[in-house]
Amino acid sequence: MSSALPSGPIARVETIRLRANRRNTWWLWMLSVTVLIPVLLPIIFLISQILYASESAWRTLFSANTLADVIRSLILTVAVTGSAVLVGVAAAWTTERTNIPLRRLWVIALSLPLVIPSYVLALSYLSFFGPRGLFADVTGLSMPQVTGAFGAWLALSISTYPYVFLISRASLRRIDPAFEEVAKGLGAGPWRRFRTVTLAQLRPAVGAGALLAALYTLSDFGAVSLMRFDAFTSVIYGQYQGRTDRTPAAVLSLALMVVALIVITAEHRVQGRAHFFSRRPHPRPPNIQLVPLTRRISLAGLGLVTVTGLVLPVVVLASWLSRGLAGKQKIDMRWGAVVGSFSSALLAALISLLAAIPIVILIVRHKGKATAWLRRTVLAIFSLPHITVAVAVVFFGARYLASAYQSFTLLVIIYATLSLAQTTSAGEAALLRINPNLEGAARSLGHSPLGTLRKVTLPLVSRGLLAGAALVFLTTMKELPATLLLRPTGFDTLAVRIWTTTSDLFYAQAAAPALLLLAVSAAPMYLLITRENR
Amino acid sequence: MRSRSLAILLVVAALATSCGDDSTQTLTIYSGRSEELVAPLIEQYRQQTDIAVEVRYGDSAELATTILAEGDYSPADVFLAQDPASIGLLALDGLLTKLDDEMMRLIPKRFSAEDSSWIGISGRVRVVVYDTTIIDPALFPATEDGFTAPEWHRKVAIAPTNGSFLAFVAAKILLDGEPATLDWLKGMASNQAPAYPKNSVIVAAVDNGDVPVGLANHYYTLRRINEQGDSVVANHFLTGSSAGSLMMPAGVGILKTSDNSVAAGDFIQFLLSTESQLYITNSTFEYPLRHGIPAHSSLPTLESLTTPILNLSRLATTLDLATDLVAEAGLL
Repeated sequence: MSSALPSGPIARVETIRLRANRRNTWWLWMLSVTVLIPVLLPIIFLISQILYASESAWRTLFSANTLADVIRSLILTVAVTGSAVLVGVAAAWTTERTNIPLRRLWVIALSLPLVIPSYVLALSYLSFFGPRGLFADVTGLSMPQVTGAFGAWLALSISTYPYVFLISRASLRRIDPAFEEVAKGLGAGPWRRFRTVTLAQLRPAVGAGALLAALYTLSDFGAVSLMRFDAFTSVIYGQYQGRTDRTPAAVLSLALMVVALIVITAEHRVQGRAHFFSRRPHPRPPNIQLVPLTRRISLAGLGLVTVTGLVLPVVVLASWLSRGLAGKQKIDMRWGAVVGSFSSALLAALISLLAAIPIVILIVRHKGKATAWLRRTVLAIFSLPHITVAVAVVFFGARYLASAYQSFTLLVIIYATLSLAQTTSAGEAALLRINPNLEGAARSLGHSPLGTLRKVTLPLVSRGLLAGAALVFLTTMKELPATLLLRPTGFDTLAVRIWTTTSDLFYAQAAAPALLLLAVSAAPMYLLITRENR
Repeated sequence: MRSRSLAILLVVAALATSCGDDSTQTLTIYSGRSEELVAPLIEQYRQQTDIAVEVRYGDSAELATTILAEGDYSPADVFLAQDPASIGLLALDGLLTKLDDEMMRLIPKRFSAEDSSWIGISGRVRVVVYDTTIIDPALFPATEDGFTAPEWHRKVAIAPTNGSFLAFVAAKILLDGEPATLDWLKGMASNQAPAYPKNSVIVAAVDNGDVPVGLANHYYTLRRINEQGDSVVANHFLTGSSAGSLMMPAGVGILKTSDNSVAAGDFIQFLLSTESQLYITNSTFEYPLRHGIPAHSSLPTLESLTTPILNLSRLATTLDLATDLVAEAGLL
């Protein structure tokens, strides 16, 4: 027993409803709506397209084929979300709460798969496995190809578990150890403690991560198409590709948004609205000492995930690169693309961090019908295929925003709003775990609402918000469809380099920017992780 | 600490935003041809001209839609498209100027727009790619119609969401009519033709042993062999003069809204120069279209190809129908 049971009133688990003070929320609403305008306009544009929708738009929407694809997409989403939660929570708990060696290294390695574009991940699996894949080449053993539902599940699980991992990590740190100690004192074994206490407190974080993973899976096209899994997005892209009539793609994108709203509501129901927070200041929970056997099992598990999600793709990329070099290809390094990716992703992360603050406060502290819709809107935007939003922005931008059209500023703002759900979800999970009485106390001691925000609320949720900003940074690094249409002419990113080279089969040329993408993303992740230990 | 990093961010942002300038003496090219293929040519052109050249790379169909959405506000001077269908969209809307007659005579008439709104630069041919270790090319049918037969069950890969597959379907509608095209697509669907996202992926899948045969464009195979050294993929050119051996020229045209049409014409002239056309032969493995320039030595000559005769500008008119039919056949 590491410490005595807490003295005084034992921390209680309770639901607190603050009476929303409507007079004080108008400025939060102003800020939130301002932030959402850049993407709300395109969505309104998409909705207006319904009025002009051609007959073939409706025919496609209501065909049996589309229905089958929606069902397949939903099944895939459930499967991917399940495995993402399993892997993400296990990895977060092991790296955050146990005495596993090389902790920081594991954290970085486990976050990096988020930055690999899902089509690159799928491509690397396809060239690793298969009867004439890299594995068969090196070992001489024939290997079946990973395609179809299994391949799509594998690639997307790897692409999405970092959502659960990164958001849960931020929450695990803030758990009051007293809860677990009480459970231990009452005779609960380690597994029961984990399930009933730790996991219960993690619920907001896991829910947020699971929702992001689910919405990402719904809107992914790269991995499902390469794995030849017929998903709903395949229909949208098929309708989008060779057509002058844009209404079918618009109508189908909105249908996807409706499916996403159903998923969001379902999560809301499951999650419930009970909040878990401690009423007293508390230390960081102690590390759990693993016995050698569990330590080995944990290391093997983390190793397996890292090999599949990071080592394997890197080996495949390196083999492309070395083949290109052996074939005397000139590997073209574009430093402009590195600067472009890095600066735009960093700014997008910063903007979405700031933009998330008023939204998170509204959603958590001023709960009501209106704020529930605010939350849904932010999440639904995240589920839209970027290509349809980008087309709508082109239409608007070229006409009404001539000076901002194809500007770096607009591109970064669109990045930030498209990925805003990642910072708001992470921030929401963090704020749900903070006792509102702390803010009340600051107010009663004479602090203004803004002063309370700056001195009390923000420092407490900063870790959650930073985790969210890290998600935005990593996912913006790989963004492609919006970049292609909205970037300033001549502006280059690593994701664009990877796309242009792989689509013409220059795999050796694609390997260099893909490896650079990983390296450039690892650096800020390292800074973030070393900082949080202070 | 925090304020310092914020300051750095703001400086980065300021630098990045100041990059875009709006000088009128800039030739802005929207290129649906990939940077990998076009950038070396544009670099050469930059060295021989005084004006600044800016290129916006993207997918052909997306850039065409972008120009349509931009309307009168489009910054583009030149559109260089991967396929006749997407540049045809702009021609249909009357967004392209008529090109010089003398220029139009540099290449065979059938590879350009009849109304001189765009001109072909290089050509890609629809082919059958196959795994040489399993497939005997003597067994291939004369046209794509033969692939709906039971012996090709699950063996012939297609890319139903891909631009060049849709251009091929659009051509098939013009050549064989709508009912026959729908029948063929349904035949491929009931034959459970494996669907891939792109031509390049089909070629890689055949090389990888995932599927024995695929419908693709000719130059990916040469590029695969060039990149990998050893490869089991080969091209087969269908002999039946059907849509399955369609020649799709990459076309280039000048926007009516261009404020730089003289420079734009000069750039197109450069793309048709002997020097540029030889680059196309040797580095991109496409067919150069200018009279008298030979194709790559590993390819059959342009004259020997049995590519069907049709008015390429009309591909844009059947493109939407092509997508409808592909969806109706259950291939989407």
